[in-house]
Amino acid sequence: MTPAFLRANLNVIGALGARSVKQTFRRPQLLAPILVFPTLLLAIQTGGAGSAVNLPEFPAVNGFLDSMLAGAMIQSTLLAGNSGAIAFAVDIEMGFTDRLFAAPISRFAIVLGRLAGTFVLGIVAAVWFLAIGLIFGASIEGGVGGALLVIGLVALSAAAFGGLGAAIALRAGRASVVQGLFPLVFVILFLSSAFFPANLILEPARSVADYNPLSFIVEGVRDNIVFSPSLEGLAEALGAIALIGAISISLTVLALRHRLRTGG
Amino acid sequence: MPAIEAKSLERTFSDDVVAVAGVDLEVNEGQIYAFLGPNGAGKTTTVRMLTTLLRPTGGSARVAGFDVIDEAADVRRAIGVALQEAALDPLMTGRELIRLQATLHGISRPEGRRRADELLDRVGLTRAADRRVGTYSGGMRRRLDLASALVHEPIVLFLDEPTTGLDPVSRKAIWQEVSKLNDEGTTVFLTTQYLEEADQLADNVGIISAGRIVAEDTPARLKAEVGRPHLEVKIAEDEHALATEVVARFGQPLPSKDGAVLVELARGASEVATVVRALDDAGLCVESLDLVEPTLDDVFVAKTGQHLEGGETETGETEAIPAP
Repeated sequence: MTPAFLRANLNVIGALGARSVKQTFRRPQLLAPILVFPTLLLAIQTGGAGSAVNLPEFPAVNGFLDSMLAGAMIQSTLLAGNSGAIAFAVDIEMGFTDRLFAAPISRFAIVLGRLAGTFVLGIVAAVWFLAIGLIFGASIEGGVGGALLVIGLVALSAAAFGGLGAAIALRAGRASVVQGLFPLVFVILFLSSAFFPANLILEPARSVADYNPLSFIVEGVRDNIVFSPSLEGLAEALGAIALIGAISISLTVLALRHRLRTGG
Repeated sequence: MPAIEAKSLERTFSDDVVAVAGVDLEVNEGQIYAFLGPNGAGKTTTVRMLTTLLRPTGGSARVAGFDVIDEAADVRRAIGVALQEAALDPLMTGRELIRLQATLHGISRPEGRRRADELLDRVGLTRAADRRVGTYSGGMRRRLDLASALVHEPIVLFLDEPTTGLDPVSRKAIWQEVSKLNDEGTTVFLTTQYLEEADQLADNVGIISAGRIVAEDTPARLKAEVGRPHLEVKIAEDEHALATEVVARFGQPLPSKDGAVLVELARGASEVATVVRALDDAGLCVESLDLVEPTLDDVFVAKTGQHLEGGETETGETEAIPAP
């Protein structure tokens, strides 16, 4: 995937990305997990567990909502990846991907088009939760620059998680299989520092959270909201995204090759 | 140079299922070639290999002069494909779908818009262009699928069962459009399980059964191969003997069926008028007279020993034919 490849396929990736975004907005069952579910969970957690900030080792923050925003955003990106994967599997089931495979374009551009759509949905999710935070009294300590970093990290995470989903969709070819992975999203989330500071999580979950790449991404996003942008946090978050992205691309290429070779 | 050429084309799936077992075929430029066979005969697998969607496990094929394995991208540039069951996104509008298809073929945005308008008009979908595909009837979807396959003006058009499940009116609308495209110079390769479709449209027919082509020729020659037309003369019971004597002058009498006297006409359909005159001269009062031509189903039975599934037309929804 070189810059020349991206340039040559930019129109196709853009068109397929635009279709993917429209598809999500036109099908409520794809959009709800990205915005509605994380918003509800955020409301419940903030309303019900707000006094957690008073725990002795809880990091010093302006408010519980400020601390929770990053978790809600990352939950949204995971679910955006899952929704994108379901939509991709539906495309495979109904034969729409065959229409794309029969066109004179790079077949990997088809996957990148889907991920471009997920990237845009990541931006939408980040802006949505930043707006909710600001409306309900959270402050973005990193200012405008911090907010832009948050949007960038969340969008990149969505695309990276979307890649994993795309690989599963290509391999399974059935929406029901992809849908079955939905609960895993919550297992991965709760085994990270998305909803609770890692230092307050009990063992062995704490050790898992310490090495969970999701924790690095969440902390990278949270730094910009709760504290101020830190180069170290940003580097760790980008490193985790790059790791997930590399695994995603590798698995997607393998799954794509398998599908094209076997026809299913 | 043939538009499509396959030599010993094979496809075996991982579970040792042989879907296509060595297909040889040649379709000349400007022809309509119908690939006729029942469900599971290997039609769709062959089309998927010819359209580069599936890699052959044996043999070779060239489409528009390009090898389907080594020059797959060139093949895809030269062909239009409308697959079985019209794989359309129900959430897109007809116009969006054709514009997307134009982008996939590297057509510029203004040109894509122009082509979309032109094609939607051609298939009679201008008024429905901005409606979501999910609201379209089966016939409208097929027409949209056909239009999207034409956006880049392909040299060879592959249609996989383009009218399966459609009512007779919608089916005829598709046939008209396919004939028109062919008149404009497009080579058409279509798969079908409808005998009438192959008979009406095709210059050449390939009959496939269990992954092999069992017969290939023009519809007329294939039918001539299995027998001449026969005449069924319905006549009063007490006049059967005389009628049999009269018709025997024109060919081989066949066993009587449903109270009718049957004769296989030695010189074909051109003798019908002479037979009628002879019956009249003999003072016989004919109740009805039917000329029965061999059908492609007869060819199919002769070649495979079984009838073709889907030989009878299905009925489905009815809808208006697009305005000419």
